[in-house]
Amino acid sequence: MSGRDVILGILLLGAATQAFKLVGPLAAGRIHLSPRAARAFELLPTALIAGLVATQTFDGGSIDAKVLGVLAAAIAVALRAPFGLVVLVGSVSAALLRAIGLP
Amino acid sequence: MATGRHWTGPRIRSCFSLQNVSYRGTGRGVDVGVADSRMTPALPDDADNTSGRAGGTGDEAAGDDRLVLRAVIVGLAVAAFGVAFGVAAVSAGMPAWLAVVSSVVVFAGASQFAFVAVTATSDPLTGAISGILLNLRIIAFSLALAPRLAPTSLPGRLLDGYLITDESAALGFDGDHAGTRRRLRVAGTSVALFWIGSTAVGAYGGDLLGDVRIYGLDVAFPAAFLALLAPALRRRGGLRIALLAGVIALIMIQVLPTGPAVLLAGLAVLPGLRAASDGTDGSDAEDEA
Repeated sequence: MSGRDVILGILLLGAATQAFKLVGPLAAGRIHLSPRAARAFELLPTALIAGLVATQTFDGGSIDAKVLGVLAAAIAVALRAPFGLVVLVGSVSAALLRAIGLP
Repeated sequence: MATGRHWTGPRIRSCFSLQNVSYRGTGRGVDVGVADSRMTPALPDDADNTSGRAGGTGDEAAGDDRLVLRAVIVGLAVAAFGVAFGVAAVSAGMPAWLAVVSSVVVFAGASQFAFVAVTATSDPLTGAISGILLNLRIIAFSLALAPRLAPTSLPGRLLDGYLITDESAALGFDGDHAGTRRRLRVAGTSVALFWIGSTAVGAYGGDLLGDVRIYGLDVAFPAAFLALLAPALRRRGGLRIALLAGVIALIMIQVLPTGPAVLLAGLAVLPGLRAASDGTDGSDAEDEA
C-alpha cells in the first residue's frame, strides 16, 4: 500500500474533500439568500447533526452498548448536564456495558 | 480497532488545520458583517447548559474558556480515533509517513478509514471514491456555515474551509453568528492538531491504545453531537426536525453510503419551512426579517 497509485488516491480524496469544505467559505458574503432560504440554512445544522447522531449511533446494526451509551448521554442532555459530562456519561456507560459483556 | 464494519460505518470525521489562528486576522472583530441580530443562532448558547453565563450572544471572555474546553474535549475524542487510524493504516500496509500525510491532506477521519479499508481489498481509485462519497455531507455543513461567515480574504476563506470538520462545524453553529468563525477556527485547530498528532502516534507508535471501543470512546462522537444539538432541540420545531432527520438518515443508510444519507437528512428542514411560512410554527420566524 505504498505505491504511486495509493499516493494519487490520497491526493484525489484530499482534493475532493478540500473542495467540498471550501464551498461554504468561498460563498460567504457572495450569496444573497431569500428569507426562506436563510431560514433553511439556519435549520440545516440541526438536521445534519441529527443525521450524524443517528447514523453513528446505529452503525452497529443492533441494540448494543453504543446505542445504550448514547441513550445515557441523551438522558444527561435532558438533565441539562454540561458538554463534557455528557461525553463522559456516554463513553463510560458504553465502556461499563462492554466490560460486562455487551457487544 | 478498525476492522471491517468499523470503518465503513462512519464514526468519525474530522478535518483539521495547522495554524493557531484563533485570534488572528478575522478572528475576533471580523464578524461585523453578519453580526446583525436578525437571526437567532441555530444552536444558541444555552446558558443553563453551561457555566451559568447568561444570554446567547457574547462569545468573548467567559465564553472563551468554555469554547477552548469544548474544543479540547472534542479534540481528545478525535485523537482516540486518530491513533486507531494510524494503527489501521500501518497494519493495512500503508507507510507511517503516508498515513500522516493522509491526515494532513484529507483531514476527514471517516473517509480516511474508508480509503484504507477499501484500498486494502480493492484499489486506490475505488478507495478514493468511497471516501469522497462519505464526504459529500461536508458540502452541506460547509454551505450551512456560509451565511454565518463574514466575507474575508482568500487565505482566510481557505483556512476556514480547511478547518471544517463535522466537529468544528458543530461547535461553529453553537452560538451567535458573530462568533461562528472564531468557534470554527478554535475548534478546527484543536481537531487538526489532535488528529494529525494522534495519527502519527498510532502510525509510528503502534497499538498503544488498543481498541478504543473498550473505553467507550466511539460513543464520544454521538454524545458530543447530541450535547451540541441540545439547545436547538429545546426550541420549538427543533426536536421534530432532528427526529425526522434521524429517521431519514437511518432509512437512507440502508441503501446509500453514510455521506449521502446524512446529506439527505438535511431535507428534514423542509416541512419546518412550510410550517413557518404558514405561521403555524413561527417560533423562530422572526428570522425572516
